[in-house]
Amino acid sequence: MSRVWFQRVSIVDLYLWAFRLVVLFVLIYGTVGTVRAARYGPDVWMDLLVFGLSQGSIYALIALGYTMVYGILRMINFAHSEVFMSGAYVAYYVAAAFGRSGYLDRNPLVSLLVVLAVAMATSSTVALLVERIAYRPLRGAPRLVPLITAIGASFFLQYTFRGFFGSGFQAYPEAAILRGKWVIAGIPVLRTQLVVIVASVLMLLVLYLFVMRTKTGTAMRAVSEDREAAALMGIDVDRIIATTFGVGGAMAGAAGLLYALVFKQVHFFMGFIPGIKAFTAAVLGGIGNIPGAMLGGVFLGLFESVGPILVLDGLGIVAPYQLRDVIAFTMLVMVLIFRPSGILGERLAAKKA
Amino acid sequence: MRAGGSWAEAIRQGLIWGGVAVFLAMVGMVDTFAERQIVAGVISLGLLLLVLTALVMGYQVARRAGGRAAMVLLRGALAGALAGALVAALVWVASVVNLRAMFVSATPRLFALLSFGRGPAGTHLILLGWALGGLVGAAATLLGKAVRGPLFAGLAWVLVVGLFQEVVQLQLARTRAGSAIQMLLFSTEGLLPRGALIIFVLAAGGSAFLRWRRPASRRWREALPPSRQRAFRALAVTLVILLVLLVPVAAGPFLSQVLVLAGIFALLGLGLNVVVGFAGLLDLGYVAFFAIGAYTMALLTSTGQHGIAGMSFWAAIPVTMVASLIAGVILGIPVLRIRGDYLAIVTLGFGEIIRLLVLSDALRPWLGGSQGVLSIPKPAIGGFEFRGPEQLFYIVVAGCLLVIFVATRLRDSRLGRAWMAVREDEDVAEAMGINLVNVKLLAFAIGAAFGGLSGAVFAVMIGSVFPHSFQLLISINVLALIIVGGMGSIPGVVVGSLFLVGLPELFREFAEYRFMVYGAALVVMMQLRPEGLLPVAIVRRELHVAEEPVGPPLPAEPVEVRPASDG
Repeated sequence: MSRVWFQRVSIVDLYLWAFRLVVLFVLIYGTVGTVRAARYGPDVWMDLLVFGLSQGSIYALIALGYTMVYGILRMINFAHSEVFMSGAYVAYYVAAAFGRSGYLDRNPLVSLLVVLAVAMATSSTVALLVERIAYRPLRGAPRLVPLITAIGASFFLQYTFRGFFGSGFQAYPEAAILRGKWVIAGIPVLRTQLVVIVASVLMLLVLYLFVMRTKTGTAMRAVSEDREAAALMGIDVDRIIATTFGVGGAMAGAAGLLYALVFKQVHFFMGFIPGIKAFTAAVLGGIGNIPGAMLGGVFLGLFESVGPILVLDGLGIVAPYQLRDVIAFTMLVMVLIFRPSGILGERLAAKKA
Repeated sequence: MRAGGSWAEAIRQGLIWGGVAVFLAMVGMVDTFAERQIVAGVISLGLLLLVLTALVMGYQVARRAGGRAAMVLLRGALAGALAGALVAALVWVASVVNLRAMFVSATPRLFALLSFGRGPAGTHLILLGWALGGLVGAAATLLGKAVRGPLFAGLAWVLVVGLFQEVVQLQLARTRAGSAIQMLLFSTEGLLPRGALIIFVLAAGGSAFLRWRRPASRRWREALPPSRQRAFRALAVTLVILLVLLVPVAAGPFLSQVLVLAGIFALLGLGLNVVVGFAGLLDLGYVAFFAIGAYTMALLTSTGQHGIAGMSFWAAIPVTMVASLIAGVILGIPVLRIRGDYLAIVTLGFGEIIRLLVLSDALRPWLGGSQGVLSIPKPAIGGFEFRGPEQLFYIVVAGCLLVIFVATRLRDSRLGRAWMAVREDEDVAEAMGINLVNVKLLAFAIGAAFGGLSGAVFAVMIGSVFPHSFQLLISINVLALIIVGGMGSIPGVVVGSLFLVGLPELFREFAEYRFMVYGAALVVMMQLRPEGLLPVAIVRRELHVAEEPVGPPLPAEPVEVRPASDG
């Protein structure tokens, strides 16, 4: 008899609740500890916030590619992080040429726009190629098959770039106009970070309008809603899928350039970590949901920028900044385990019901 | 097929394979491999790569486009000329623009190789050469099987000997008779044309002989009574085991080292095979258990400053496996309800978290941070110390045999069938009364224990552990060897690890392109043969076995029948 209530609550549930409580406790304990110690002034927090915002907007741009592809094909495009890397990498050569000739400093706006266009075009092309060669023949295959293909494509691309361009870091040239800080509303902000934030917001806006207002965007939404029905309505599904990859790739290319502007270097392995984080952002916002991806990206950027100091410092952990990625990955794991539908996913689902 | 269609196919193939050739050139493979002479002074591996591309192209064109013999040859040549045109265009571009500023491997030597040393002036030679390659490749399809088989065998053996000539020479030089053979086949520059010819003749002759005699020997074997057949098989197995035991003695330290590494990956693969192959749970963070095993072993046995117990290897092995098992359960419980893609990402996250934690300064006092844990003693029994790779080989083989035995028994058990049911369809499996929680956790835990064992052996082999040894790439490597070998296939894992881990060690130039080739292999395998390479061979053999029974049928294995309910 006494087993009855026991059976209702399974060991797994108990474990998961214990896990949640531990994480919550660590969060609160660390935060309280940091706040009470009051070791950092408001300017430090402001810097961290701005940095997090600029990181987050880059993640948001990458996350769009994951989320759009997932919305349509229900697959994680593992190679998206390499799409991101490819744009930054190829654009580097254009930027370096501009830098050498001095054009970058003479006419920074035009040259940066050209570099941006190159990055977007490259990433878009790579995404289209991957879709055409690796994914298209697998429509309708069991789910594990495209996923393994995607992992393979990702490593193939990484090491292809290594073979093409070498295994070293390449230092991105810096436009003189982007050095130093601007003071906005009394807060000094690094110029690159401001540019990154403004550019991302613009890009996100354009994409949102594209998906919501244009005919192609409508077709994309229709395909992600119901592929067969969309095909019956006369939508060329293959073409729309390719467009999705292309647009997602272009966003990733833009993100790649912005990332390179912030960190000032490119490397063939640079895509992996931002890619995983952007995926986290996409899931966080509710995968398949475009505004969700934007929100998730910004949230993740802020949290991983502020988190290490806010939480870990209070726990008395040495060198908390090394554990920045651990925070992002923990967040990824937590979200996937406890709220795989994401923040906005739930609300939308509730609205529909 | 319509005539126009097959010409279009030839053009398509020509452009595709021309693109492949340009890619191989620009990614640096041709140039890097040009340093490796297959037959001294005649052909380098870089050139061979291009020749093979042309031949495969011709073969593909002939197979896909079909048609009469003359047409087949013509189409092969046309495709070849098109591919050559792409290569010629590359050579021309390189002569106008400085490609080197961007592409690290766009060396003058590369373009000399591509254009027979003539640069853009050699365009006609390039076109001609490629057309010839396509033609020969297409012609190969016209040969009968009896000619093609020995021909391929001979060429393949020359390639293998040429590719691994350092190792071959090293092995030959170990004995007196071998040295004589070495003198005959090799010079200081490498494999001599004379040697290549001898190898070709021997291999082609052997292949032809086998083709001729094998049916007879099989008939003879099949005519034996079943008891004798079984004795025959037992004899073969014993012989193989004896040979394996003798390997380190015959192979020497270098090859033993390679084999130990391959064995460690085989252990990892066997463990991941339980999780991915049997139960269908794609785990990308498998390296975590490898790391946990290695670090547990290191901490328990190290005589350095981080050692905590000073245990012996043999005492630490069970502890290590139990620790990994527990880690498997701890990391397994949260992901029980996650499926497919999300599972892959969560496990990847776990793997990275563990690596970053080990690497961090926060845990440095216990785990040594990036400096790792040093001075792990070698295992010993009585006075015999497993000092180097030649001795460790036996530990690895013993571990592999143990794990293979356990994995085989598990696969054929009730649990194994439950795993396969879960792999095929989780919902149906649950509806059939399979306890998903237990079954999945057991898969994670057992896989983790195997991974931990592998990590322990790895720690002992290196003598120290560093966080840098536990990159995501290990997980990908193991995944690749499982997929290529065949998911769920135990022999597939062993062969996969020998090929995907062992060969790159022997062939160092390849190491740089290793992950590129793995990635391509995963993509191609998923499209052409998602079930992997070895299951096919097994299925084929099983089909032949099914044809075999001549006399009275063999007594069937007793099938254990149990009531379906779990009590």
